[in-house]
Amino acid sequence: MTRFFPVGDSALVVEFGDEIDPAINRRVHALTRLLSLDPLDGVAECAPTYRSLLVRYDPLALDYRAVAEWAQSKLSRAESLRPEGVRRIEVPTVYGGERGPDLEFVAQHNGLSPQEVIRIHSGAEYTVYMMGFTPGYPYMGKLDPAIAAPRLETPRTRVPAGSVGIAGLQTGIYPIDSPGGWRIIGFTPLALFDPNREPPFLFAPGDAVRFVPP
Amino acid sequence: MLTIIDPGPLTTIQDLGRFGFARFGVPVSGAMDMFALRAANLLVGNEANAAGLEVGIGDLMLEATDDCVLAAAGAGYDLFVNGRLMPLWMSILCRRGSVIEMRKSPGGCWGYVAVAGGIVCEPVLGSRATFVRGALGGLNGGPLRGGDTLPVGAPSQSPWQLAGREIPEMILPKYGEAITVDVIIGPQAERFADEGLRVFLSSEYAVSATSDRMGYRLQGATIAHRSGADIVSDGMVRGSAQVPASGEPMVMMADGPTTGGYPKIATVVSADFPALAQCAPGAGRVGFRATTVEAAQARYRAMMNGLRVIEPDDD
Repeated sequence: MTRFFPVGDSALVVEFGDEIDPAINRRVHALTRLLSLDPLDGVAECAPTYRSLLVRYDPLALDYRAVAEWAQSKLSRAESLRPEGVRRIEVPTVYGGERGPDLEFVAQHNGLSPQEVIRIHSGAEYTVYMMGFTPGYPYMGKLDPAIAAPRLETPRTRVPAGSVGIAGLQTGIYPIDSPGGWRIIGFTPLALFDPNREPPFLFAPGDAVRFVPP
Repeated sequence: MLTIIDPGPLTTIQDLGRFGFARFGVPVSGAMDMFALRAANLLVGNEANAAGLEVGIGDLMLEATDDCVLAAAGAGYDLFVNGRLMPLWMSILCRRGSVIEMRKSPGGCWGYVAVAGGIVCEPVLGSRATFVRGALGGLNGGPLRGGDTLPVGAPSQSPWQLAGREIPEMILPKYGEAITVDVIIGPQAERFADEGLRVFLSSEYAVSATSDRMGYRLQGATIAHRSGADIVSDGMVRGSAQVPASGEPMVMMADGPTTGGYPKIATVVSADFPALAQCAPGAGRVGFRATTVEAAQARYRAMMNGLRVIEPDDD
C-alpha cells in the first residue's frame, strides 16, 4: 500500500513499501519520472530511494496538501508505467589484487573460487536503486545471493574512489575517497563524479549497470 | 576583496545550500544557521543566498583589502573591528586595511560574516557552499587557509546607503544553551513503541561534543524501538532525527547524508533549526515538542516575513 508522510515542514515522503524489491523500486522511479514531466512550482527536488520518494518543497510557496495532491494525482499512472528508455552503462572493472582486497574473503565466505565470484558478479545486470552516502554513490542490486557478503566489522577509514564493493545483496562503487565498510572486490577507472563535467554524475537512479572484466 | 589572516580550524564559505542533487547523494550543505546568514546578507543589501563566511570552533581574523560594508551574525561569537567590539546583526562600514575578528564567546557555536556584494568564488553544482567531506564548493572544496584572498562582488547600493542597518532583537531566533525545539513526528513513528515516543518528547538531551556539521548526536534517555533499529534506507533532510540501536537520537544537520538506514522518529521544524544548530556541542541541551506541519509552516513564514524589515526598499 502506498502511503504519504510529512518529513518536517519542507518535505514529504511517498512510501511504496519497506523492502528492497525490484517491483517496488520500479514504481518509485516511475513516479519520479512522472513528477519530473509535470513539475510543480515550489518543489525543489524529488529524491528516489529503494522504496520511497522524498519530495522537498519550499514552505513559503506551497503547503503539504498541495504537494501531496500533486504527487497523488500521478500515482495511478506510476503503477502501470512501463520502464522505458532505461540507460545501460558498462563499467570496466579489474577484480582482485591490491585494488580488490576482499575478493578472496567473498569467495571463501561463499565457498567459491575468486574466478566464480567474478563470473557471477559480472554476469548480471544491476539496477541503480538509489544514490546516497557520498555524491554519486550508486546502491545497486539485486546481487546473486551466491556472492553476498556482510559488511566489514570495522569500516576502513579510506576506500579509494573507483572501488567496487559488496554489502549484503547490494553492490556499489565509491565515487570519491571516503571511509567505507563494504567488501571491496575490484576497481574501475571510470570517474563516477566530476563536478566540472556535464553531467557531473556517471549514474542516475534507475540506470542499468553491468561490470565488465578485461 | 577580503584576505584571511587566520581562519581558525573551521571557517568555510557558505550560502543557503546546494539544492537539486539529493537524488545523486549530494547533501544540501550551506549555513548551519541559515537565519543568521540570510539576515547578514540582507543587512548588507545582498541576495539572501549570497555566499558569506561561516566560522565554527575557533576564531577568525581577516583583513578588508578595500573599503567594504559587512555584517556579522550568529551566536557564540563577538565581532571586533580593529580591536573594538562591534555589534552583531548590524551593517558596518569598514575602511581598507581594517582587521576584522570573530572571537569565540559562550552561547552558540556558529558565526557569520556577510560582505556587501557577496563572496564570488566559482559555484559548484549551482552553489558556493563548502561541503568539506565531499571536497565541493567554497575555495577548493575545503576550509579557508591563512593567506586566502576572497573576491567580493559589486554591492547593490552605495556604502552610506548600506551601512547602519540593523535587525530588531525581537525577530531573532531564541538562541540558548537549553532550548526546546518543535518537531513533526515521523515519518517512521510506527517503528517506535509508545513509550519510546513519550521518552523522546519528555526528555532533555545533551548535544554531544562529537557533533559536527553532518549531525548532532544527542545523549540522554534511550528511545525504545518496536521492532529493531534497521529500515531499508530512505530519504533524509536537515533536521531528520534518526534513532540507531543505541536508542539515542542523532539529528541530521547541514552536511547530513541524503539517505539513512535508521528509523526517523521526527523532523525538527525549519523555524527552530537555526537555534538547534547554535545549541553548542558539548554544552547545549535540547528538548523536543510535537507540532503540526501547518503550525510549523506558519511559524516559518512569520520568521521570514520578520526579515522583510531589512530588505532594501530604499529608505
